[in-house]
Amino acid sequence: MPAPDTARPEGTSGFAAAAPLELQRVTKRYPGQAAPAIAELSLEVPAGEVCVLVGPSGSGKTTAMRLINRMIELTSGDILLGGRSVLERRPDELRREIGYVIQQVGLFPHCTIGENIATVPRLLGWDRARIAQRIDELLELVGLDPEQMRGRYPVQLSGGQQQRVGVARALAADPPLMLMDEPFGAIDPINRERLQDEFLRLQATVRKTIVFVTHDIDEAIKMGDRIAILREGGVLAQYAPPAELLSRPADDFVAQFVGADRGLKRLALTTLEDVDLIQPNGLQPSGRRVPLRSTVRDALSMILTAGGRPLTVVDENDRVAGLVTLDLVGGLLGAGGALADHDDRAGAGDGGAADGGAGDGGAAGGGGATA
Amino acid sequence: MIAIGARAPVIPTFGGSASSYACERANRLFCANWVSRNWSSVLWPALRQHIVLSVVAVAIGFALSFGLALLAYRRRRLEQPVILISGVLYTIPSLALFEILVPFKPLGLSARTAEVALVSYTLLILFRNIVTGLREVPDEVREAARGMGMTNRQVLWRVELPLALPSIIAGLRIATVTVIALATVASYICDQGLGVPIFAAIQDGVFKTELIVAGGLAVALALCADGLLVLLQRALTPWARRETSRAT
Repeated sequence: MPAPDTARPEGTSGFAAAAPLELQRVTKRYPGQAAPAIAELSLEVPAGEVCVLVGPSGSGKTTAMRLINRMIELTSGDILLGGRSVLERRPDELRREIGYVIQQVGLFPHCTIGENIATVPRLLGWDRARIAQRIDELLELVGLDPEQMRGRYPVQLSGGQQQRVGVARALAADPPLMLMDEPFGAIDPINRERLQDEFLRLQATVRKTIVFVTHDIDEAIKMGDRIAILREGGVLAQYAPPAELLSRPADDFVAQFVGADRGLKRLALTTLEDVDLIQPNGLQPSGRRVPLRSTVRDALSMILTAGGRPLTVVDENDRVAGLVTLDLVGGLLGAGGALADHDDRAGAGDGGAADGGAGDGGAAGGGGATA
Repeated sequence: MIAIGARAPVIPTFGGSASSYACERANRLFCANWVSRNWSSVLWPALRQHIVLSVVAVAIGFALSFGLALLAYRRRRLEQPVILISGVLYTIPSLALFEILVPFKPLGLSARTAEVALVSYTLLILFRNIVTGLREVPDEVREAARGMGMTNRQVLWRVELPLALPSIIAGLRIATVTVIALATVASYICDQGLGVPIFAAIQDGVFKTELIVAGGLAVALALCADGLLVLLQRALTPWARRETSRAT
C-alpha cells in the first residue's frame, strides 16, 4: 500500500491516490466525565468513498471526525490512514496530509484568496511557480474565475464563494483524505443544494476519501456512499449505504432518525434511468415532460402536482423514453418491487408512509403517513 | 554688595543670548526672532532628545509588553497579575514615580530614570492591546490554521499576530502620544527633552516664547508620530480596508 506518501502530489494535474481509513474501537473519554464521548467506534472507509457521520447533537460526530486529524487526542483504540496509525505521526505533519473544511470556513481574513489556497503548499515548501499554477487550477476546479478571485480578500466574497475557496484550500496539497465538518451548514438552502451538487461532481473527479459530518439526514443520504449514524454517547447505531439504511434500519432509533418519510427518501436515490418505464407503444404522449435524469421522488412530486396524470419522460435530446405513472412509482415500493421495504418489522406503519403520501397529494415533501 | 542689575537680568539668559531682542524686552508672548536664533542651540537639540526619549521608551515598553502578552496569551492565569501591576504603575503620578526612582543607585538623576518611568506608562496600554488583539482572532480561523497543519508558532506568527495588528498598532498610537506628552516632565530629573525650555520658561515667569515653541513642538511631534503609525497600519493591513468595499 503506497499509503504514507499518497499526499505527495505527482504533478499539478494528477490527483494523488485516496487512502483508506479505518477506525478501530476508538474511544474518547474526557476527564471528569463518566460517559465516554465516543464509545468503541469502529468504521472502515474504503479509499475514494464518502463516509457521512450523522446523528443528533451530542452524538459526538464532530468529535469523531476531529480524532482523525488529532485535533482531539483519542483515549483508546487506533485510527489507520492508508494502513498507518495516525498516532505515530506528528500532528502538524499528519494534518498537512488531510484536507480540512469547517462550517465557518475559517479563511484567513488577512490573506488573499490565492494566499489562502496556498497555505498548505507553502507549509510543505512548494516552489512559487508550482503554487501559482495550483491556485489557478483549484479555483477553476471549484468554479471560480482565477483572474478575478486570486487577489481578493475573503470579506469581498459571498458565503457560498468563501466555502468554495475553503474546499479549494483543503484540496490544495492533494490530500488522500478530506474531513468536512458541516461544510454547507451555514449556507442558504438554494446555494446549499448547488454546492452539494458541485461537490458531488468534484468528488467524481478527485475521488478522495472523505469523512463528512452533518446533522441533516437528507444531506447525508445525498452525499454519502456510506452513512454512519451515531446516537448519544458516540455509539454507532448503524453503518451502511444510504439505500440499505432506508430500507433496513437497524433499530427504532435509526428508523426514527431517518424519518417516517424514508420511503420517499428512497425514491430520491433512484433516477428514472433505473426504472422500467411504460412504453407508449406508438401513442403520442401528452403529459408534462420530465427529464430522464430526474429522481423518482421528483417525478412523483410532479405527478401529484399534475393531478395524478402520467408524465412523459424525455432524454437529453428530448426524445421520449417512456411514461411514468403513479402506479408505476407505487409498484417500485410495493412488495416485490425494486425499492421494496426489506424491513419486516416495520410493517404497515413505516412502509405505508410513501404510499400514504402519494394518496394525499400535498405530502410529497413531508411524508405524512395517512395509512 | 552685589549690583542687582548685573546678576539678575529681567530677561532670562537660558539657552544663550536671549536678552538682546526688542520683542523680548517688550515682553510679548511670542518672538519669532528668538526662535530662529535659538533653533539650533536650544530647540533642535531638545526636540532630538525628546524623540530619542520617546522612541526608546516605546521600543522598550513594546518589547516588554509583547513578551508578557505572549506569555499571558498562552497562560491565562498570568493576565490578571500583569494587568494589576501595570495598572498600578500607570496610576502613579509621574512626578511621584521620579521621586521613588531617583534614590536607586543605578538610576539617580539621569535619563535612565526618566526612561524607566516612561516605559512603565506604556506597559498597561500595550499589553492590553496585544492580548486583546490576539484573543479577538476568530476561533474558526485559528481552528482552520491548526487543522491545516500549522505548528503553534506558525499559527502565532502567520495568523494570530497579523490579525492582531490593528489592535497592536492602536495601542502603539496611544502609548506613543502618551509618552511624548509625558517626556516633557522628564526634564524635572534630567536635562533632556522639550521639557527643558518649558520648565525654564515657567521658572522665570516672564519670557514665554520658549514655552510656546517647545510645547507646540511636543504637540506637533505627537501628531506626526500618530500619523506615521496610521500610515504604518495602512501599509501592514491592506486587508482591513477592503471591508467597506464588499463586492458580491
